[in-house]
Amino acid sequence: MTLVHRQSTIPVAGPPAPRYEGPNRRTPAPPAGELVDSPGFPTAARRELDLPVQRGNLHQAMTTIRTKRQQCVSELDHWEELRLAGEAIKNRTLRHLDSYLVQLEENLTAAGATVHWARDAAEANRIITGLVKEALADEEVHYDGTGVVGDEVVKVKSMVTQEIDMNEALEAAGVAAWETDLAEIIVQLGHDRPSHFLVPAIHRNRAEVREIFLAEMGTYGKPAPPDLDSEPRNLAGAARLHLREKFLRAKVGISGANFAVADTGTLVVVESEGNGRMCLTLPQTLISVVGVEKVLPTFDDLEVFLQLLPRSSTAERMNPYTSMWTGPTGGDGPEKMHVVLLDNGRSRVLADRIGREALRCIRCSACLNVCPVYEKVGGHAYGSVYPGPIGSILTPQLRGTTSAVDRSLPFASSLCGACFEVCPVRIPIPELLVYMRNQVVESKKAEAKSKPGMPFLAHGEPAAMTGAAWMMADSRRWSAATKGVGLSGRILGKADHLGPMPWPLSKWTNARDVPIPPQESFRSWYKRERGGGSR
Amino acid sequence: MNAREEILTRIRTALQDVPEVAPEVDVPVEWEYHRATRTEGVLDLFVERVEDYKAAVVRANSGEVPGRIVEALNAHDVHSVVLPAGLDPTWRAALEASEIEVRDDTPLDRAQLDTTDAVVTAACVGAAETGTIFLDHRPDQGRRALTLVPDMHVCVIRADQVVSDVPEAITRVAPSVRENQLPVTMISGGSATSDIELSRVEGVHGPRTLHVVLVQD
Ligand code: SF4
Repeated sequence: MTLVHRQSTIPVAGPPAPRYEGPNRRTPAPPAGELVDSPGFPTAARRELDLPVQRGNLHQAMTTIRTKRQQCVSELDHWEELRLAGEAIKNRTLRHLDSYLVQLEENLTAAGATVHWARDAAEANRIITGLVKEALADEEVHYDGTGVVGDEVVKVKSMVTQEIDMNEALEAAGVAAWETDLAEIIVQLGHDRPSHFLVPAIHRNRAEVREIFLAEMGTYGKPAPPDLDSEPRNLAGAARLHLREKFLRAKVGISGANFAVADTGTLVVVESEGNGRMCLTLPQTLISVVGVEKVLPTFDDLEVFLQLLPRSSTAERMNPYTSMWTGPTGGDGPEKMHVVLLDNGRSRVLADRIGREALRCIRCSACLNVCPVYEKVGGHAYGSVYPGPIGSILTPQLRGTTSAVDRSLPFASSLCGACFEVCPVRIPIPELLVYMRNQVVESKKAEAKSKPGMPFLAHGEPAAMTGAAWMMADSRRWSAATKGVGLSGRILGKADHLGPMPWPLSKWTNARDVPIPPQESFRSWYKRERGGGSR
Repeated sequence: MNAREEILTRIRTALQDVPEVAPEVDVPVEWEYHRATRTEGVLDLFVERVEDYKAAVVRANSGEVPGRIVEALNAHDVHSVVLPAGLDPTWRAALEASEIEVRDDTPLDRAQLDTTDAVVTAACVGAAETGTIFLDHRPDQGRRALTLVPDMHVCVIRADQVVSDVPEAITRVAPSVRENQLPVTMISGGSATSDIELSRVEGVHGPRTLHVVLVQD
């Protein structure tokens, strides 16, 4: 691969929303601090590795979902054809994104929706807050014994609203934004952050969920039944009741979209619980925030993506509910519909001819589920709403390579290749990680040059980085090096653990349980263990 | 420059390497659209796959449908049912003759729907491979909230509406979107979540019970 380093003049993702810390918060406060200020991956990974319950939860869940996905994908004998189609359709869209966006806007408008454009997070939040305030203008704020009712919105789970930290922007404007997806409520009520695209509370087990519900639900609405046990069925039942009252009174719903169809102006939301359908159907006003890369050229293309996404994501033939809507429909669903098309760094990623491949991502989370690094450390170590292999690429692409965490992310991988094998749109994740590593090194060089007297790599990065960067810049070198590790492990007789590994793996493999048979390298162990990924 | 102009300019600048040709020529897609994946055993597969989501399926000829609907509702101890305006009059007549309270969507408000036990609708398309039912919310299926808020959904689908797989189903439902801009809901089993330890729980917000009547004459 040729490494092209081009400094784009297009801005990176905008700054996050201001945090409202005042006494009258309407929703549970998330952990203090901004994600971008997280420590570098090795430090964060060590912190996360010290959470044995979380590690147990993750191991269990990831093993389950990998097996299910494999079965579900094996059923189709045209899976590879589908992946190739998914890749090609997304490439076509991205390479002609301007015309598809204009077409989408035209058809959305013709269908009766109002289209807004947002350059960055701050602009998107300004637009959304304005629309919410307008929609709620004649709402009465009153106390119902459990809390303040009035200025609130219900939300469909959406990655992009997390990316722009919309809930906090609304909170600062006095509006409560309620998550309605079961996992997202667990995260929100737990004053926590999501750790996975699809199952954001995967780091929690049933006992923890029970405690969160018992402790927090009553503060924000219908309390959990006092005799609540930790059966998932009953926990889901408590969430059903808690949210039902919010759904029944909601005036404004906010959603993302999995797909936005250019030739019909149709938005598509894929979900499981029906909370999405509630938010999309019951309120009078619906605001959908859509990253510009979500466009699909034609309605027919859905036949490809509605096969790829569920099997890769929840490992089902089809998810329980998919909603499609093309503007408002009289007498059915919201009367007012707004669509906010968001850039927030995407055009910058698009300008990078190699890096733009990451924009094909449909956020299925298959690459997280097969990643040995993710499985060990969980999503919080990545300091981003986008964790795992694709997050290690997208996050520094969107935010730039200046913060400690963003510089460390491309190194948070063993480059084993399992992520590419499962990716439904064939994003060459290992190659892009190597490419981003190079971008990090280049940006540091540029920084060192602009600050004479400052030695290169003098910003708290381990000195081993220089060597690691060289080695990791080429996956063949990496492969050879890890094979060497397997060998020396065998010679030294450390038969049941993987180690020592070069940075960054050494930071977390040290005496951690990464069992491998001594005869095998990490890569070959992984290949065997994970059944070779997709077909 | 306003946001729209600026974003489009950024994107055009970013794509300077892309030749100015039709997108189809620039990136060919080697996928044969609208293809059926099978022609035999479609109905059996549909039944098997819907049942796989723990939904019940019964087969009936058109004459038996009204009876099957009433049976299903009684088996689930349903006291009230909401019916979309365009529902088959013979189904409605059977329900009106039963003990079950029939509610018309006049329209019912959210709270009224919340205290209604069940809904009976027709369907638009079925996809066998994935066990999916597509609704396009015409008068025989009702507006979206009807099949969402009550806890049980009895859905009647005709054999000629069932196709092999998602591509054929998308092709069938496309005119509803292209010509009439109707909303579409795809339903695969009852509402479910796997959010707690990935253990599947049926029934969160949508109807907890999906009961399908497949009509074959
Ligand atoms: S990179 Fe691929 S596998 Fe990972 S979330 Fe995106 S689409 Fe799924």
